[in-house]
Amino acid sequence: MSALLDIEDLEVMFGGRSAAVRGASLQVEKGETHCLVGESGCGKSVTALSIMNLLARGGRRSAKRMSFAGTDLLSLSDREMARLRGNRISMIFQEPMTSLNPAFTIGSQMAEVLTRHKGGSRTAALERAVELMGRVGITAPEMRLGQFPHQLSGGLRQRVMIAMALMCDPELLVADEPTTALDVTVQAQILRLLATLKRELGLAILLITHDLGIVARVADRVSVMYAGEVVERAPTAELFRSPQHPYTRGLLSCVPVPGRVQRDRPLGSIPGVVPAIGPGFAGCAFRSRCSHADASCEREIPRRQAGSAHDYLCRLAPQFSEPQPA
Amino acid sequence: MSVAIEVQNLRCEFRVNAGWFAPEKRVIAVDDVTFSVPAGSVLGIVGESGCGKSTLARLILGLLKPTAGTVLVDGKRLFDLDRKARARLIQPVFQDPFASLNPRHRIKDIVALPLTAQGTFSRADIERRVAQILERVGLSAAMGERMPSQLSGGQRQRAAIARALVLEPRIVICDEPTSALDVSVQAQILNLLADLRRDLGLTYLFISHNLAVVEHVASEVAVMYLGRFVERNETDALFRAPGHPYTQALLQSVLTPEPGRGVPDIGLGDAMPDPANIPPGCRFNPRCGIAVERCRRVAPTPMARAPQGMVECHLA
Repeated sequence: MSALLDIEDLEVMFGGRSAAVRGASLQVEKGETHCLVGESGCGKSVTALSIMNLLARGGRRSAKRMSFAGTDLLSLSDREMARLRGNRISMIFQEPMTSLNPAFTIGSQMAEVLTRHKGGSRTAALERAVELMGRVGITAPEMRLGQFPHQLSGGLRQRVMIAMALMCDPELLVADEPTTALDVTVQAQILRLLATLKRELGLAILLITHDLGIVARVADRVSVMYAGEVVERAPTAELFRSPQHPYTRGLLSCVPVPGRVQRDRPLGSIPGVVPAIGPGFAGCAFRSRCSHADASCEREIPRRQAGSAHDYLCRLAPQFSEPQPA
Repeated sequence: MSVAIEVQNLRCEFRVNAGWFAPEKRVIAVDDVTFSVPAGSVLGIVGESGCGKSTLARLILGLLKPTAGTVLVDGKRLFDLDRKARARLIQPVFQDPFASLNPRHRIKDIVALPLTAQGTFSRADIERRVAQILERVGLSAAMGERMPSQLSGGQRQRAAIARALVLEPRIVICDEPTSALDVSVQAQILNLLADLRRDLGLTYLFISHNLAVVEHVASEVAVMYLGRFVERNETDALFRAPGHPYTQALLQSVLTPEPGRGVPDIGLGDAMPDPANIPPGCRFNPRCGIAVERCRRVAPTPMARAPQGMVECHLA
């Protein structure tokens, strides 16, 4: 069975000079929550935008394969892509305030999605909007139809965005840091909602986040991105149990785990910063920060298998051991 | 242990225009907050956005005038001191190192500014102190020559820390110092702050919405809700046995990196707190899962909680 979303060797260039994504491969299966995790600038948002063909001006994408439910996304015209977007693939963003139009009511913005893609009457579309708002846990949905975005709290706005994304029954929801701007209590509510929708509607979710706590709690599978590459892919439990790539291992050691805090001991951290990747860069992008690096890391790096669905981009064999700290 | 900072009955009200013809509204951002922090320790302050934690920081820094209350540092009333004297005692580190550093100045001039503003340091002395503190926070002399835009987020936050420490203050107010940073860099900065506190004997007020971070750095934690401290206790005690239902909900909503546990149902409902519209009785009652009739009528008062904390809840 082929994946719902199948991307192989995606490259995204801006202005021909800097490569934001360098050969990323990503498969999202039907009905799964797939987390794309990485730090700022690693190319995770650019990957999402290139799926939607929403790259900023000057951004160019190319790939060996980029298909959605058997359709080749790269060969679609702008019109055909617009027909897919918001319809079979929806996207929600980090800041709901900037993604909603401040000048239109919630009702008119939600109804437009449906009338535009599926036709039908405005009344029917508004009914659907009320139904979906109720479903995503918005109280008094009829009242919200006439309200403007600024009248809603951040959590409510994000719920409206989710309801709007669901108007046309999409098969794939791309969510780019959907809870980063929200308080932790609201974040938990929104993530629970996404999990319920996935279960009940069979929705596939590509969730982009930098938060390993979110990854652990909601993802079925994880792809870890670093400097424009997917450096490790694994089922969630396996990734947290036996991370292979030195970057993944470092990332996991940086997170303070409540209840397991040792206050007098420093947190793990990754030394240095993400390097600038110029044209003609070869080898492992993590080598300047990696304690295992040697001269061979400057050559082409193999993708190794650590399990049937677990691979990573590193010269080291699976289960290599960490050097003991002196 | 001596007390570094003592805050007594601090209160801050804003008057906001609700519209052209609507009556003026009163927003109580900080409502009768009292606490003290022993020298050399860290008080973590947690709460959701809009709970007043940043207003509290600005009050203590003297950037806002309180409606009532006093702050004592080393027994001196902070609001009686002039700006220069205050700056020698207490300094801030803010959340966004992209906004808090002047983009048109070199890093070393930014770090030197608190010294030059005092007007009592010689040029040679300033240069020596700036070089020292830059090295201490892990920035090379070459970094000092650069502009903020040439630094990464973590390096900028190091520069902001250097600026806060160059006057050798007693107290540093860290307002979400790592929220804008990536996790790998966040860990570097937290480790640096911990080293500096130990080596220089600093006292921190550490404001954050990230409970995992607060648990890691703070010796004592206060939970703020709609302008009040609703619970305060030693960190281990508070995390092990939270007394207030709001503290419990906050702790539950922390997503630890443990796969397979799913997202918890914290059952707080949709009634978002609004500081312009504080409910009667316990201010948390509309969101509280265990509220009883009394909670809707009578505001709870602080009650002692072991080992040396307090909680404001009728049912705790």
